[in-house]
Amino acid sequence: MLTMRRDRHAAGVQHDIVRRRLFPLTVILAALFALPASVFSAIAQENEVPSAAKPSEPAKGAVAAPVSKDTMTIPVLLLKETRTKNQPISLLDLAPADDGIAGAKLAIADNNTTGQFVKQNFTLDVKEGAIDDLIKGAEAKVAEGVGFIVADLEPASLLKLADALKGKDALVINVGSADDSVREENCRANIIHIPPTRTMQADALGQYLVWKKWTNWFLVSGPQPEDKLFADAIKRTAKRFGAKIVDEREFKYEPGSRRSDGGFEQIQQQIPTFTQGAKEHDIVMVADEGQLFGDYIPYRTWSPRPVAGTAGLVASSWHPALELWGGTQFQNRFRRLNNRIMRSLDYDAWLAVRIVGEAATRKQTGSFKDLNAFIHSPEFEVAAFKGVKTTLRAWNGQLRQPLVVSTPKLLVSISPQQGFLHPTSELDTLGLDKPETKCKAYTQ
Amino acid sequence: MSRPRNFLTAALLTGAAFALCAPSAHAFTAYVTNEKDNTLSVIDGEKLEVVKTIKIGQRPRGIVTSKDGKWLIICTSDDNIVQVYDSTTFELVKTLPSGPDPELLILHPDGQTLYIANEDDNLVTIVDIVKGTVVSNVPVGVEPEGMGLSPDGKTLVNTSETTNMAHFIDTTTHKTFDNVLVDSRPRVAMFNKTGTQLWVSSEIGGTATVINPADRKIIGKVTFEIQGVAKEAIQPVGIRITNDGKKAFIALGPANRVAVVDTTTLKVEKYILVGQRVWQMYFSPDDKYLFTTNGASNDVTVIDVTNLKAIKSIKTGRYPWGVVVSPN
Repeated sequence: MLTMRRDRHAAGVQHDIVRRRLFPLTVILAALFALPASVFSAIAQENEVPSAAKPSEPAKGAVAAPVSKDTMTIPVLLLKETRTKNQPISLLDLAPADDGIAGAKLAIADNNTTGQFVKQNFTLDVKEGAIDDLIKGAEAKVAEGVGFIVADLEPASLLKLADALKGKDALVINVGSADDSVREENCRANIIHIPPTRTMQADALGQYLVWKKWTNWFLVSGPQPEDKLFADAIKRTAKRFGAKIVDEREFKYEPGSRRSDGGFEQIQQQIPTFTQGAKEHDIVMVADEGQLFGDYIPYRTWSPRPVAGTAGLVASSWHPALELWGGTQFQNRFRRLNNRIMRSLDYDAWLAVRIVGEAATRKQTGSFKDLNAFIHSPEFEVAAFKGVKTTLRAWNGQLRQPLVVSTPKLLVSISPQQGFLHPTSELDTLGLDKPETKCKAYTQ
Repeated sequence: MSRPRNFLTAALLTGAAFALCAPSAHAFTAYVTNEKDNTLSVIDGEKLEVVKTIKIGQRPRGIVTSKDGKWLIICTSDDNIVQVYDSTTFELVKTLPSGPDPELLILHPDGQTLYIANEDDNLVTIVDIVKGTVVSNVPVGVEPEGMGLSPDGKTLVNTSETTNMAHFIDTTTHKTFDNVLVDSRPRVAMFNKTGTQLWVSSEIGGTATVINPADRKIIGKVTFEIQGVAKEAIQPVGIRITNDGKKAFIALGPANRVAVVDTTTLKVEKYILVGQRVWQMYFSPDDKYLFTTNGASNDVTVIDVTNLKAIKSIKTGRYPWGVVVSPN
């Protein structure tokens, strides 16, 4: 939970790993409050890591794989777009500077542990900056033979990158956007998508709430375009699974400074009034993707009701406390390498790079064309600490996976829920399914 | 319903008869580690019930006995150590160094060398159980788990869950000499008694791979299909092969079934319904019974190996994980 933020120059790459003993989270949090920011940047800059990710950190007795001449190198490029966005209201939600990058590094380490047995070596190159610079950088790398590009970009930037690389030996692996449109009407054949879409998230939550028989939803959405899209996904889910939006309100706010001394006094008054008089509901569904007000809702509603959506109970690809299915060792490896907890973006980026590794190990080749064809084939599957294999939807390249339904500290359930049936895969009860898809690029 | 009851009556009568003239060929004990309770359930082989529950270390999982049956050697994963208990007094005899998060272990036929999979460290740790010291470490793939030893003790096979390989390790040089790629998340490696087949279960891949240990070529793959059970729920974990080498039993996790596989055709002959999330298994000394640990239903199912029927479920502690049977 280190939450350093530094300004980054366009296309400038910095790799900072805080290489200190792993403190319990509480200590780190306490330190965060107590120490001035300057101390943290000093710690962070203590150790610069070269652009290729560190190889796996073998424990005592283990031998790191020497990269011999007959070892095949499979490079992966990670692009992270610099965004200027309002900061989430909770200090706990501030993204660490290496959000996502840290997960990709772990996957490179995991791939290389396997690679030592099959003479494959995986490298990671990270570029951060504005989209136009990133595209230029990516084009140059693709010309050099880098085929796999993990993209943490805004939806429009993602499409721009994919179009720039169209027809070239490059696969874009989206980890930065949950947008349904880039998988549907705006889908591109050279993108695969790891993060769950908004409709997948809403369905995962909706299935659980329907199982719980909390089917009367009071929808509160923010004014941002993303919030509208999330609210639309919630409405679609309600219709699909027999829940009802009994009331709907927009929460208008003027995003100001993230914090000021005090502030809670006004919020404490504001939220009960805002939720007053809503039609009888079982739960408040919040659509606030930027996390700019959603966390003000729980415990402040007019009626005592639980909260779900983007605050309270949420659906996501990962949870920092998930320990099912061998997750403990995975979480431990991540913490040892990065000295912080694993976030969903880290998990998505880990999986993106693991997909490349899994394909390369299975096919015993570094050939982009062969690996890309295998990744898109129905035989391709990858284990991802989800209890079942994860695969790609053939009609739009979206990763098919169970989702974690959780509160901030712990898992509540895993969706799909029992009883939500599907003729081919129950995982396809989450999100837009094949008969509904508007994606044509994959089938043309 | 009548058959199990008849069987139980028979078992009880037999039990009573043997009790009068113990020890007998049928006297044996099954030991089950309960992952959530930090306990060991002791199951009497005649009564087929838990006769004792012993408090042991934290998150006990893999369990083996010493060659003479006097010691129970248990991975207590959250203690990052292997504990050794006396199988008669259930007193802690000693602890063995294991490396972090030990999960499964296997004892060499020499009775002294123990191999431990360290899930959190990409290592197999080799320990001398008499001296209580680490002999060596062997680096393997990500998340080592399954451990199999060839009957001659010359080859150790470790499976790594995220690397998806069976690593063949020479037990003299402690070096890997071959790595065979199998389907996703290999959990258990098991040689048949003649050493002509190595079976590896793939939990996420949903298959079992049979490998010829002589040339490390894949002989074939066992696939599973159960009507009314989602493909994703078929997750092979535990494997046991009968002494005569004819049948392999494979625990299918959340499919709540044990598959009985013909080792020649590699086809499933039967699925036996057991408790929930069945993982590890062990035969009674005469191959008459197979004990399965059912993590999610907190019980052990006893399978009649001759008739291929589940005959009893025995309530254990919470999340039973490992099981071993001692002839004593």
